[in-house]
Amino acid sequence: MAAYTSHVEGDGRTGLSDLTAAVGERFGSAVSPMPAGHGYVLTLSLAQLSSLPSLCRFLFLDRGCQFGGMIAEEHSSQWQLHYAFLLPGSGWIDVLLSLPIETTTVPSIVAEVNAADWHEREVEDMFGIHFEGHPRLGDFILHDQIWCEGIEPMRKKFSATEPAPGRQLDLEWKPQLIVADPGSFAMPVGPVYEGGLGESVHFLLETVGEDVIRALPRLFYNYRAVEKIAEGRSVSDVLLLAERFAATSAFAHSLAFCQAVETIHSVEAPARAAHLRILIGELERLRHHAGAIAAICESTALAVSTAHAAIIEEELLRASCVFTGHRYLFGLNVPGGLSSDFDAEQCRKLLVSVDKAEKDLRILENRLRYSSSFLDRLEDVGVVDGKSARYLNLVGPIGRASAQHCDLRGACPYSGYEGYVFDIPYETEGDGFARLRVLFAEATQSVKLIHQAIDALEPGAICVPCEGGYPGAALGWAEAPRGAALHWVSLDEKGLVERYHAITPSFSNWHGFHEAAEDFAFQDFPIILATFGLSATECDR
Amino acid sequence: MSFWFWHGLRRGIQSTGYPRKAEVAPGISPGRPVNTEFETSGEAQSAAAICPVDAIIAHGSSTFVDQGKCVHCQRCRLSISLPMNWDAGYEWTRLPAKQTECATLPSSFSKSMHVMVVDAGDCGACLHEVKQLNNPLYNMHRLGFFFTATPRTADLLLIVGPVSENMRGPLLKTWEAMPTTSRVMAVGSCAITGGVFGRSFMCAGGASSVLPVDFEVPGNPPPPLAILHGLLVATGRKSVTKNELVSEGRS
Repeated sequence: MAAYTSHVEGDGRTGLSDLTAAVGERFGSAVSPMPAGHGYVLTLSLAQLSSLPSLCRFLFLDRGCQFGGMIAEEHSSQWQLHYAFLLPGSGWIDVLLSLPIETTTVPSIVAEVNAADWHEREVEDMFGIHFEGHPRLGDFILHDQIWCEGIEPMRKKFSATEPAPGRQLDLEWKPQLIVADPGSFAMPVGPVYEGGLGESVHFLLETVGEDVIRALPRLFYNYRAVEKIAEGRSVSDVLLLAERFAATSAFAHSLAFCQAVETIHSVEAPARAAHLRILIGELERLRHHAGAIAAICESTALAVSTAHAAIIEEELLRASCVFTGHRYLFGLNVPGGLSSDFDAEQCRKLLVSVDKAEKDLRILENRLRYSSSFLDRLEDVGVVDGKSARYLNLVGPIGRASAQHCDLRGACPYSGYEGYVFDIPYETEGDGFARLRVLFAEATQSVKLIHQAIDALEPGAICVPCEGGYPGAALGWAEAPRGAALHWVSLDEKGLVERYHAITPSFSNWHGFHEAAEDFAFQDFPIILATFGLSATECDR
Repeated sequence: MSFWFWHGLRRGIQSTGYPRKAEVAPGISPGRPVNTEFETSGEAQSAAAICPVDAIIAHGSSTFVDQGKCVHCQRCRLSISLPMNWDAGYEWTRLPAKQTECATLPSSFSKSMHVMVVDAGDCGACLHEVKQLNNPLYNMHRLGFFFTATPRTADLLLIVGPVSENMRGPLLKTWEAMPTTSRVMAVGSCAITGGVFGRSFMCAGGASSVLPVDFEVPGNPPPPLAILHGLLVATGRKSVTKNELVSEGRS
């Protein structure tokens, strides 16, 4: 087991000024650096459209930045496209492209930054901006067999409440297949599969017999247009949406949302709330990882271990309910802090449950390590090497099983994580077993963090008023159980939400999932799917 | 590998005694706000005002809760000086507002019912709670309830989520492939009223706007025992709880 220290070596600021100087030297007047703001440490405003790919290439390949995601905003007279890059140890860099509203075509950066693939497809589908050079646009969120072309739901002129025009089922529609060899065929799976217990997602497994040659997931069956219906609503209403679009990581997403709102209002949550947020966030991670481990055991049909892990998960759900009043930690985060305080006795009871869960997980891990039939199904299956993981931008435990150390808790600390001592475990094999080991190791670290958070609690306020900062916009982020989550919130003059965009870890990881599933046999597919532990609804929003 | 056998035996039976006896373990249910009598109408008004989804209706000094709308945001418990009364139970299954007859399955299904689940835009919580019914603590097999992978053999269609436009087709296809005797159950406030997602160009605002619903299990999400209660109601082994608004004559 390798572990990466959470403390970044060197001074983050040196890296940033070094980068700013290098950008100036290389791009000259084409790029104008702007001061920090909106949650970013640096904004690089582009004067020319044509330098976008080369600047992204420079940041991603030459300077080792990680691609975070892409945010499109429609203003009355112009488009703003934000490309978020993470400079580990320093913070988020915003590559900002401001374009006149008549612009319809923007150069694609997929050739330089492959991870931008789905982000560009989403913007094309929802806003109607064409990305020149992108290999495959269309049929993404708005499925082609239901929605006709020309609908741009995220444009301001589109009404969220009226039925969309021209919606009808195209019975002639056929999916686009890639493998064209004689004898090849596509096996469709989903969207209703596993007796409906799998989340709604469709796979076209293309094959010539035994091995899966292409495995492209077709998502967005659960698309509820959270970002569209958020527009024009109050922050407290949108908080409900941020919390409920992906309930299995509700706390992390509501935290990222609240932190964005807090940045707009220039307030910080009080110290007690910050520690409690870490405590509850780690409780969510621990519960999520127990559930993910149960799903992996279930995929290999090892019944006793599935039962063991499922009991741990249910006990943690119950402990969450006893501690906070809700099994999925709803209703706790509010902009400015938390809605509820916890006394020492509650914390002590929680520690008893958490310690028991850790002990049970350790027993399970030791037994699984000696179950050869179980290991045979995981080892060397669903392999993603480190280089592919970097290019595909795999995040969270999946990325860390393929030697990607990036964890926002260490790379760009929030809510006071910089004061905590913990490891970020990682593996290098990138197979199913490596992903399982990372889950176990992270669960142990979460328990360690919960102990530290409870020890660090001092009496004090848990919430500060959060008002008066609008209009404004900011980026908030959190390391959700499945990886990096970014929330962009923009408020208008009345304090209502003008634009809300959530970049979720499942969105990043579904994009890279095919890399693991391809060239393995059919019977490995459910296991690879389980070791990825992805959520369709978190991706879909 | 034999250690798994001993491991299983040593843990003994973990399953709940429900429905033979009430389950009282802490944390099995988040509970929910219930109709509350306040002293003044102002207090009732402030309780109604704090609810973000208009689930609390003030009438004089009384408040009524539309459980189908409640999204368990806990604001009427945590962010208010006079909190609403709280029901810690889990037997919440009710009939849709306009329905008076309970469409229980025939008695031959009472000890054997196959359930088909469809995730129609769910946030993951309701689906997760449905999955928990398979774990040893709830173990729905002991009651003769099973998940089935094909709609052809299903007796109950269990819908979670507000029915997103992209799932409307697959949901209807599943329903049409089921035998005509089968029943439909909407689980969670999203499947009942659309919940926080409501009705939009992408959301139908609940399963009942797409197909006829026989039973509703309110909650956001309803805990596993609430869903188990729903399954028991569908087979006639438990009775429904009254629809609070209908019984108060204000649906």
